[in-house]
Amino acid sequence: MTPRQPLAALRAPRATRSNALHAGAWWLWALGLATAASRTTNPLLLALIIAVTAYVVAARRTDAPWARGYGAFLKIALAVLVIRLFFAVFLGSPIPGTTVLFTLPEVPLPDWAQGVRIGGRVTAEGLVFALRDGLKLATMLVCVGAANALASPARLLKSLPAALYEAGMAVVVAMTFAPHLIADVRRLRAARRLRGRDDKGIKAVLRIGLPVLEGALERSVALAASMDARGYGRTARVPPAVRRTTAALTLGGLLGVCAGTYGLLAAQGAAFGLPVLLLGLAAALGGLWLGGRRAVRSRYRPDRWGARAWLVSASGAAVGAAVVRAAARLPDALAPPPVPLTAPELPLWPAAAVLAGLLPAFVAPVPAPRTETDAGSVSRTGQTPPAKETTRA
Amino acid sequence: MIRFDQVSVTYGDGAAPAVHGVDLTVPEGELVLVVGPSGVGKSTLLGTVSGLVPHFTGGTLHGRVTVDGRDTREHRPRELADVVGTVGQDPLAHFVTDTVEDELAYGMECLGLPPDTMRRRVEETLDLLGLADLRDRPVASLSGGQMQRVAIGSVLTTHPKVLVLDEPTSALDPAAAEEVLAVLQRLVHDLGTTVLMAEHRLERVVQYADRVLLLPAPGAAPVLGEPAEVMALSPVRPPVVALGRLAGWSPLPLSVRDARRRAAGLRERLDELEPPAGRDGPGSADGPGGGEPLAEVSSLSVRRGRVTALEKVDLTVRPGETIALMGRNGAGKSTLLNTLVGMYEPARGTVRLGGASGAVPHRTRPSGLLRRVGLVPQDPRDLLYADTVAAECAGADRDAGAEPGTCRALVSTLLPDVHDGTHPRDLSEGQRLALALAVVLTAAPPLLLLDEPTRGLDYAAKERLTGVLRALADDGHAVVLATHDVELAAELARRVVILADGEVVADGPSSEVVTSSPAFAPQTAKILAPRRWLTVGQVRTALEEAGVGA
Repeated sequence: MTPRQPLAALRAPRATRSNALHAGAWWLWALGLATAASRTTNPLLLALIIAVTAYVVAARRTDAPWARGYGAFLKIALAVLVIRLFFAVFLGSPIPGTTVLFTLPEVPLPDWAQGVRIGGRVTAEGLVFALRDGLKLATMLVCVGAANALASPARLLKSLPAALYEAGMAVVVAMTFAPHLIADVRRLRAARRLRGRDDKGIKAVLRIGLPVLEGALERSVALAASMDARGYGRTARVPPAVRRTTAALTLGGLLGVCAGTYGLLAAQGAAFGLPVLLLGLAAALGGLWLGGRRAVRSRYRPDRWGARAWLVSASGAAVGAAVVRAAARLPDALAPPPVPLTAPELPLWPAAAVLAGLLPAFVAPVPAPRTETDAGSVSRTGQTPPAKETTRA
Repeated sequence: MIRFDQVSVTYGDGAAPAVHGVDLTVPEGELVLVVGPSGVGKSTLLGTVSGLVPHFTGGTLHGRVTVDGRDTREHRPRELADVVGTVGQDPLAHFVTDTVEDELAYGMECLGLPPDTMRRRVEETLDLLGLADLRDRPVASLSGGQMQRVAIGSVLTTHPKVLVLDEPTSALDPAAAEEVLAVLQRLVHDLGTTVLMAEHRLERVVQYADRVLLLPAPGAAPVLGEPAEVMALSPVRPPVVALGRLAGWSPLPLSVRDARRRAAGLRERLDELEPPAGRDGPGSADGPGGGEPLAEVSSLSVRRGRVTALEKVDLTVRPGETIALMGRNGAGKSTLLNTLVGMYEPARGTVRLGGASGAVPHRTRPSGLLRRVGLVPQDPRDLLYADTVAAECAGADRDAGAEPGTCRALVSTLLPDVHDGTHPRDLSEGQRLALALAVVLTAAPPLLLLDEPTRGLDYAAKERLTGVLRALADDGHAVVLATHDVELAAELARRVVILADGEVVADGPSSEVVTSSPAFAPQTAKILAPRRWLTVGQVRTALEEAGVGA
């Protein structure tokens, strides 16, 4: 896993709290790869990007609950691909293909529905086009999944400005609730068996909806009580003038951003669009900064943005930039035309650039070995999501 | 430190106040234990100290509670966070962040302490609670005792003057409970923290208390006093106190050590007597024995994920037997019960219900399984879906294909005073357990499994449960219960099976298994060792019979 390098100092260290990679770096890396994926429909290149994320995730993810999400994202990506193909088969494809694979019975539609087709010819060109298109979307999803598995959402929250902390906290709490909810569904579905009812199928899941929601509600009330009792939402006293200025700046700024964006996008008004947008942005940022004075929070050991974080984020940015550039230079290689049918070719230098995305697998700190947490009975409750003590509110 | 001034709390729709006329002072640096039967308002009383009652729960607070000079009427819970630390029964509901270290720092972050102070206190707390090895672990992967220690640590870092704990050891196995209690004692001794704690399992905690606050009945005036004095009045009492009352010791002993020093005379009197066998005692391990086995488990291994949860387990259950499954959290007790109802597929070995021609649980349809085996899960709410007791019963009759009214009749026997229209979630912990038990019994399964049945039950509810289970065993049902409650096991079970790391490490008559291990020995056995007396009931019966004979 670690590169064989003569200089021991350059080898990736064992991850601890103090050298942990900044969560933002992982996200930048993943967004770089996702940008690359958005600029190509070449299946070989897309597959390469997926492989790169998979390798990095396998090499650097921890054993934490959020780190198990990569597999789920892979499944969602597969579903996206299947749905895209389904539409291409049943609703036809705009691609004027000539290689007819088979013909489905076509549903006759009235005149006003011209241009819509249900059933009919299915061409190989149409399928290939849909496959590539779906694969592009799927790859972008997988990139997001990789960031999710590698970076702790709570750590990312720590990098938010103080005024946004409470909103961000709500998001993180919601995210940690999802696994609990899934565990609840599993447990209650299993419990149906004890009542002599079937525990398989969609019906069984639907029947337990209400108890699951009740349980989730109880848990959120308990969590809210705990957070309140531990001082969440304590605010410093701020003079009323500052409070009003904050509100005015934030609201005015957001209005400015809206007006500016409209100006930029509308046919006329491009002249005032940009300045208004910038002004609005500045006002909103000022509001955020002022709003931060109300918060009394301090931060415990925030992640530092060190050399390794630079390397990781730069590798993602490099992949993104290279593929964007390649898309301009080699349009045929990166977005091969569906007609006529040809086997895709691997463009060499863009592929080499994508491989640069592997850098984190060598420079990011190595997480503690997983066997350590597997040993002994201590972790056993952790292995089974509805752990013994989890269920009671 | 904490001053209650004519405090009473009334909740919105309640006619009578949940807590009434509390007027007392808790001095600094004391460990005060709040005791009383279920539903007398222990949790409400604790909630008033942290300000969660009434700011968070609603209700009306009359009178005044002051903590370190701050009036909870004017201070919201978050403004009391630097003085009061609150830990509930379920640590997972308490956790806000995802790793141990962040969890310890969370409260300090909210208070806005400077980073170097936070760092220092986190390190101190990690050492104080013995959590240093776990600092980077996700909280969800910890064991029950570790979680509870992290929850306590997470409120300690803000250096609160008062610590409020609601049933901190209920969910824990005996060893993990000792762990948590040792920490609490250290806090009281070394840091002078004032601790206010409610707990049903008095046998675990009463010896650590400086004072006991007794809430004898709903609405009745509370009594605060020395533990021995209050225990003499208390309707709830641990076996050591019950034995002390029986033997007429004064002052009452609170710990096994105190009791042993006084017990010389009692041991002598009991020397000529034999622990009664039969229903009150677990003396006759070979009692039931006869009949076709109801369940046969042979060299069973079960894997869950990458972990081997059970390894080569052998167990035979015969009609009329009552078996207690014991072992620490995560030893595989629940897995074994769940495998018996077919929730997990064995990796190796076989499970068979009802003799050689019997059914294999995971291949049997749920509707057929229902008549062979019933399981009351750890959280009885998992079994209850309907919104009234009546609807729940009707559903149970349908599921079991029983005569309409069967379940309701069972509910009436187990819970005489429950109305048809009550929502199952509004029942108390003990009532809910009884309802779930009735639902399971509707199909009349010969084999009944219970997973941690006594969590959150007070002594009275436990006694009722014991009576019900004994009657079932006398009817020829076999009962298998997984429990941490050594007193319950001693009271009920004739056979004890101890699991460790998924393997059976002991299996035999409870009088032998339980007395041989200090962790699993009930208090009576510890006091009267080396003789094998397990429960106060046994001693009482024996003494009465001897008295009649003499």
